[in-house]
Amino acid sequence: MDKSIKKVVLLGSGALKIGEAGEFDYSGSQALKALREEGIRTILINPNIATVQTSEEIADRIYFVPIMPWFVEQVIAREKPDGILLSFGGQTALNCGIEIHRDGILEKYHVRVLGTPVQAIMDTEDRELFIEKLNEIEIKTPRSVAVTNVSDALKAAATLGYPVIIRSAYTLGGQGSAFCSEQEELEIQASKAFSYTDQILVEESLKGWKEVEYEVVRDAFDNCITVCNMENFDPLGIHTGESIVVAPSQTLTNSEYHKLRELSIRVIRHIGIVGECNIQYALDPESEDYRVIEVNARLSRSSALASKATGYPLAFIAAKLALGYGLPELKNAVTKTTSAFFEPALDYIVCKIPRWDLNKFEGVSHLIGSSMKSVGEVMSIGRTFEEAIQKGLRMIGQGMHGFVGNRGLTFEPVEKELAEPTDMRIFVIADALEKGFPVDEIHNLTRIDKWFLYKLRNIVALKNTLSSFGSLSGLSDQTLLEAKILGFSDFQIARFVLKSPVNRIADDLIRIRNHRKKKGIVPFVKQIDTLAAEYPAQTNYLYLTYSATEHDISFNKKRNSVIILGSGAYRIGSSVEFDWCSVNALQTVKNKGFQTIMINYNPETVSTDYDISDRLYFDELSLERVLDIYELENPEGVIVSMGGQIPNNLAVRLRENGADIMGTSPDSIDHAENRHKFSSMLDRLGIDQPRWRELTNIEDIHEFVDDIGFPVLIRPSYVLSGAAMNVVSNREELGHFLKLAAEVSKQYPVVVSEFIQEAKEIEIDAVAGKGEMVAYAISEHVEFAGVHSGDATMVFPPQKIYFETIRRIKRIARQIAAELNISGPFNIQFLAKDNNVKVIECNLRASRSMPFVSKVLKVNLIHLATRILLGENVEPLNKSIFDLDYVGVKAPQFSFSRLQQTDPILGVDMSSTGEVGCIGDDFYEGILKSMLSVGYHIPEKAILLSTGPVRSKVELINSARALLDKGYRLYATRGTKKFYDHHNIPTTLAYWPDEKKRPNTLDLVKNGTVDLVVNIPKNLTKNELDNDYMIRRNAVDFNIPLITNARLASAFILAFCQIKRNDIQVKAWDEYK
Amino acid sequence: MKIADQSVAEVTLILEDGTRVTGKSFGYESPVSGEVVFNTAMTGYPESLTDPSYKGQILVLTYPLVGNYGAPKEEMENELLRFQESNKIHITALVVSDYSFHYSHWNAKDSLGQWLKENKIPGIYGVDTRALTKKLREKGTMLGKIIFGQDDIPFYDPSKENLVAQVSTREVQTYGNGKYRILLVDCGVKYNIIRYLLQRDTTVIRVPWDYSLKDTDYDGLFISNGPGDPKLCNLTIENLKNQMSDDDRPVFGICLGNQLMALASGADTYKLKYGHRSHNQPVLQADTNKAYITSQNHGYAVDNKTLSAEWKPLFININDGTNEGMIHTSRPFFSTQFHPEASGGPTDTAFLFDEFIGKIKIHKGE
Repeated sequence: MDKSIKKVVLLGSGALKIGEAGEFDYSGSQALKALREEGIRTILINPNIATVQTSEEIADRIYFVPIMPWFVEQVIAREKPDGILLSFGGQTALNCGIEIHRDGILEKYHVRVLGTPVQAIMDTEDRELFIEKLNEIEIKTPRSVAVTNVSDALKAAATLGYPVIIRSAYTLGGQGSAFCSEQEELEIQASKAFSYTDQILVEESLKGWKEVEYEVVRDAFDNCITVCNMENFDPLGIHTGESIVVAPSQTLTNSEYHKLRELSIRVIRHIGIVGECNIQYALDPESEDYRVIEVNARLSRSSALASKATGYPLAFIAAKLALGYGLPELKNAVTKTTSAFFEPALDYIVCKIPRWDLNKFEGVSHLIGSSMKSVGEVMSIGRTFEEAIQKGLRMIGQGMHGFVGNRGLTFEPVEKELAEPTDMRIFVIADALEKGFPVDEIHNLTRIDKWFLYKLRNIVALKNTLSSFGSLSGLSDQTLLEAKILGFSDFQIARFVLKSPVNRIADDLIRIRNHRKKKGIVPFVKQIDTLAAEYPAQTNYLYLTYSATEHDISFNKKRNSVIILGSGAYRIGSSVEFDWCSVNALQTVKNKGFQTIMINYNPETVSTDYDISDRLYFDELSLERVLDIYELENPEGVIVSMGGQIPNNLAVRLRENGADIMGTSPDSIDHAENRHKFSSMLDRLGIDQPRWRELTNIEDIHEFVDDIGFPVLIRPSYVLSGAAMNVVSNREELGHFLKLAAEVSKQYPVVVSEFIQEAKEIEIDAVAGKGEMVAYAISEHVEFAGVHSGDATMVFPPQKIYFETIRRIKRIARQIAAELNISGPFNIQFLAKDNNVKVIECNLRASRSMPFVSKVLKVNLIHLATRILLGENVEPLNKSIFDLDYVGVKAPQFSFSRLQQTDPILGVDMSSTGEVGCIGDDFYEGILKSMLSVGYHIPEKAILLSTGPVRSKVELINSARALLDKGYRLYATRGTKKFYDHHNIPTTLAYWPDEKKRPNTLDLVKNGTVDLVVNIPKNLTKNELDNDYMIRRNAVDFNIPLITNARLASAFILAFCQIKRNDIQVKAWDEYK
Repeated sequence: MKIADQSVAEVTLILEDGTRVTGKSFGYESPVSGEVVFNTAMTGYPESLTDPSYKGQILVLTYPLVGNYGAPKEEMENELLRFQESNKIHITALVVSDYSFHYSHWNAKDSLGQWLKENKIPGIYGVDTRALTKKLREKGTMLGKIIFGQDDIPFYDPSKENLVAQVSTREVQTYGNGKYRILLVDCGVKYNIIRYLLQRDTTVIRVPWDYSLKDTDYDGLFISNGPGDPKLCNLTIENLKNQMSDDDRPVFGICLGNQLMALASGADTYKLKYGHRSHNQPVLQADTNKAYITSQNHGYAVDNKTLSAEWKPLFININDGTNEGMIHTSRPFFSTQFHPEASGGPTDTAFLFDEFIGKIKIHKGE
C-alpha cells in the first residue's frame, strides 16, 4: 500500500435518479470504510443528505455541496487532499472527475486520481476511443459510426442498415440511447441526443442476442479476477436496468462462460483499470459470436448487485486496490481465512427484478427498451429459478403474489404484448402460459431463452395441480413441498387450493402455514459464503429456501436479539432515507448490547451490507417470511418503524400472530393509518382537519362538493389509468375525473377532501416515549400545499412561519403523541393559513425527512427513537430550532428526462426520485446550493416566462424585476407579456408552440436561446397535451432547467440574483455550528 | 411437467458413515458405489462428466441448477469430440439439487438425463447438496453408494485400484501434423490438453500410461492428468525416473502428471481431506506477486517439504498453501497441479503451454 496517501476526497453521486440510485451510497460507504481502516482521512462531497455515507461514522468530513467542478475545486483548495476517488459516485462523479482533470484542477493542487487512471476512464467513455482501443486487441464491438450531426447520423444508418441503435457518450442508465427502426425515428432521436452531447454513435442492432455481464477486478500488479457474471432474462434491446437479471448465468456453457471471461480480462488489462469494471456483452444465441457492448470503468448498479449476489465486497476491495494493494494480499471478507484473490462459487441463484413506478406519471409510455425507466430493484435468492423469481416478484411490492395467483392480469392481444414489452412483461408471459401458449411461440415473440420459459411453465403447471385440489386434506405433502420448492407462498397455496375469497385469505394463509408446519414442511436457513461450502465460513449473510434439509446456522433462544425490518425496493416515495433510518437503528440496537437481525432484500442498500448487522436475512418482508425468521430467532422483538410503509403495514398482522412489536403499539399504528379512526380521534381531541368524506355514489359526491366548494382533492380506490389522486377545480373536471375512476361503489369508495389554496404546508418530525414528545423538528415547504410533500422543497428550521403557528403545531403533536401513546418516531403534516392549523396526515414511523432534520439539527432522531423502542427512558431534548445559525434546504430530484412523453409537472401524487439537502448561511444560499445540486444551472442569457394564473404572475413580479436588473433577457408568452407590460417589465413575445410564428417557444428551448424555463400550469389539474405541456416537455427533452411552481421559481431566481456564485460559502457540515 | 411427477423413482445415497440421503432419479437406474466428491464449479458439467480423472467417483455438484443446456452434440474436430473431454462419461454417478428436465442450447442434442441413461450412469436430484458438501468437507471424502429400492450393494474404494490403467489409451494414436513432436503419456488425458497442444504447431503422439519412453523420438514429453492415487502408477513413475535422469528434453506434467513427476524425483504425495474440485482455486507463482485463478480436480497433492534440492515449488495455493506445481532448478522440467488446459474452468494459465513449447524451442536451439 502507498503510505504517502493520508487524505482522500471521494465524490458521491448526488441525488437518487433513474439510472443512478442507492447503489452508490453502498459503494461509497464501503470505499470510505476501506480507507478509514487504513487510517486515511476521508473527505466526502455529496449533497444527498439522506444517505448513509454522509454520516460521521462513515466519513471524516462531509460537504453537502453540488458535485460540480467549481464546488469540488473549492473543497480541494481548502482540504489539500493527497488523492481523489472518482469511481464510487456513478456517472455523476466520473463526469465531474473528467472535467476537473481536463481543467487542470487536479494538477494545480497536486491531487492524484487513485485507482483507474483518468485516461482509462476516458477511453471507455468516448465510444470512438473505446472501439479503437478494443480493435487494438481484436475484440469485437458492434459495427458503428460516430457522428456529430443529424445528417451524418442518417448517412451512417443508411450504410449500416435499419434498425440501428444510437448511443451518446457519457450517459448514465442509457439516456440518449434509442432504437430506431426507420429514418424519421432516427431524426427525432438523434436531435434529442445532440442536446446532451456533441457526439453520438449509430450502431448495428443486435436485438435478440443474449445480454451477459461480467464484473472484473484488476490490481496494480496485473492480477485479474472476474467476481461474477450475470445473464439478462430479457435479450439485448432491453436496458440491463430494465431487465430481470440472474446470477450466475444459466444458459451459457462452460465454453461460452469462459470465452467471455477471458475476453473480460484481456479488456481490463488493455484499458488499464486498477479497481473494478463492468463489461456488457451481446452473445449470439446460435453460436459463440459476441460483441462487447459497453465497459463501465467504475462501480455500477451491476457491481453493487454482483457484490450482494456473491458476498464479494467489490467496492471495498476496489478502494483497497486504489491504495496500491495487490489482490492476493487481501483477505476474503466473508471467510476471513481465504484470499480476496478468488472467484466466488455460488450455490444458489439470484434474481434481480426492476421496480417501475410508471403509474405515477401522466402520459408516459409503458414500453421498456434501451433507456432505463425503473426506479429501484430487488434481489431474491433461491435454490431453484422458480423459487427465486416468485420471491422476487413478491418483493417488488406492487401487490403481486408471485408469478401466478395475481388477479386481473390478463392481456389482449397477448401476442402484441409479448412482442412489445412493457413494465408488465413478466405477467404477460404468465398470462400467455396460462392461456396455453407454447414455449416456442413465446420464445419467438420475446426472444427470451427457452430455458427461462420452461422454468416459468413449471410454475404454471404446479399452479394447475394445486388448483385441482379442493381442500387441504386432499393435498399430498409431496405436492405441498414441491410448491414451496417452486417458491409458492402460503397466500398463493390458499388461493389455489382453498379458493379463498379476498375477505378470508388472511386467515386461510395462516391455516396453510399451520398445516405445513405440522407436516414439517418448513424453510431452512442457508449461508452465502462465497465458496459453496468448500471452506468453513462464519458468515452472517443468510437466506431461506425449501430446497434443503438442514440449517447452516444454529439459533440461540435467549431472546437477546432484535429484528429490524428494512425498506424493500426503492420506489417513488420510499428510498435511501429509510435505509439511513434502518442502519442508524441497527447501530443503536448493537450499541445497547443486542444481537441485530436485519431483514431486507434491496441490493442497493447499506443495511444489507455484510458488516452492518449480526445476521442479515436477504429475504422477503412478508408476513410469512418474517414469521419464519421470528420463530427461528425468537428475538426480543421486531422494529417496524424504520423501513417506511412496508414494515409499518405488517405491524398489526405480525402482532396477531404472536410477534412482539417494539415501541408504538400496532393498535395505535392502525389508528393513524385508518382514515376513519384517525379522523374521529382528531375530532375528539378538537384538532382541525380538512373536511372529507368517503363516498360510494356519484350523487353524494356532487352533494358534498356543493357543500365544501371547489377545488377538491379526490382519491378513488379503483382507477383505469394513472389519475390515482387529483385535484379538480370545477364541475367539468370532476365529471371527467369520475369517468376515469372506473367504479364508484361500496367496494370502491371515493374519498373527497376539501383543498385549501395558498396554504403553507408544515411538517413535524418527532420522537416520543410513552406518549411524551422528547424531540422534534419543524420544517416548512417552499411551495404551497398541493405539491406532494416528497416533491416539495423543504426548509429547516422554518424561516417564514408565525410563532403562533409553531406553538399550535407543537401542541397538536403533543396531543396526538399522548393520545396514541407513541413510543418511537413519528411525523405529522399540517396545513397552515393565517395561523389556522389543520392536520393532513400522521405516520407513526420514521419519515422521509428524518435524516435531513437529524443532520441539520445535529441530533440523531433515530438514535433517540431506537433507545425508546428498546425500552429506555429518554429525557426531553432542549435543543431549539432557534439555536441554529444556518438553514437547511431539501430539494427534490426529478427524472423526467428518462420518462419520455410524461408531463413534468407536480401534483398531489409524488414524482421525484430522489433529493438533496444542503446547508446555507441563509435561506437563499441554502436554496441555491440545493437547486444546483439537483441539476439546475444559474442562467447566463435569457429566461422564458409563461407564468399561468394571475396569482403566480404577481408572485413573480419581483423576480422578473430582479432578472432584468441582472441583465437577463426575458421572453414571455402572450398573457404573461401582457401582464408584465402592464407592470413596466419589458419582455420579448414568444409564440406558443402551435403558432407558426417566431420567436417560437419551442425554438427558444431547442436552440438553447433561453437557459431557464418557468412554466406555471394554469390550474391544478394535470392536463392533456397542450401548449404548456409542449413547452415543459421540450425543456426537459432539451435539457433546459424547468420550474413549474411560482413560489419555487421566485425563491430560486431571487437566490441567484442576490448571490454571486463566487460568494457561495463552501463549508463542511461540521463547520456549521 | 416432470417436476411434480410422482412416478419418479426414489433413490438413496448411503455414505460410509451411515448417512442416508434420498432423492429422485433422472439417470440410469442401477445401483453403483464409489468415492463421493464435490465440485463447486457453476458451469461445465459435460466437461466434468467426461473428465477421466473422475473415474470411480460419485460427483456431487454444489451448483444447484444442473442440466440447463442439456447434453452436447457429438461433433468431431481433429478426431476429438468437440464438446467433450473424452469419448464417454467417466463419473460413477451424479448428485444434484435441481435438475432441468427441459434444456435449451444451440449445441445440445439431448437432455442430461438421457445422456446419463445412455452411458448407464445414475443421476439423483432433489438432494440438499450443500448439506452433503458440508459433511464431506468436515469428515473428508467418503465412500458411498446409490441404491434403488432395497437392492443393496457393497461399498467400493477406487483408491485401491490402478484407475489409470482403466482409462488410459490402449494403443498409440497420433494427432495433427505440426512441427514439434509431443509424446503424451495418457494417464486419463482430457481432450483439451491435446487441443491446446495442437494449436501450438505440434504433432501429438498419445501413448498408454505404461509406454516405455526409452529411445522414443519426440521433442517434448507431456504427462497427463488422471484418476486415483499416483503411487499406484509405479510403471509410469519408473519410466519418468529413468527418462528425467539422463534426458534433457522438456517435460510438462499436469495434475496427476505433477504428482507422478514429484514421485519420480523422490518427493512424496499424500491424500487431501476432501480435495480441490472447482473452477476458482487461486494460485500464486512462487517468488512473484503473480496470481491466477485455476481449474482443479484432484484428491492427492505433492508434499512441498519433500521436494528434492533440484526442484522447487512453481505455484502455491493461496488458500491452503498446498503445492500447485514444481519446476526443476536447472533442467526444462515443470508441472502444475491445476489444469492450465481449463475446460471446464478459467483459461488464465494457458500460457504455460506456450512456455512448454518455448522450452522445446530452446532445447532444439531455435
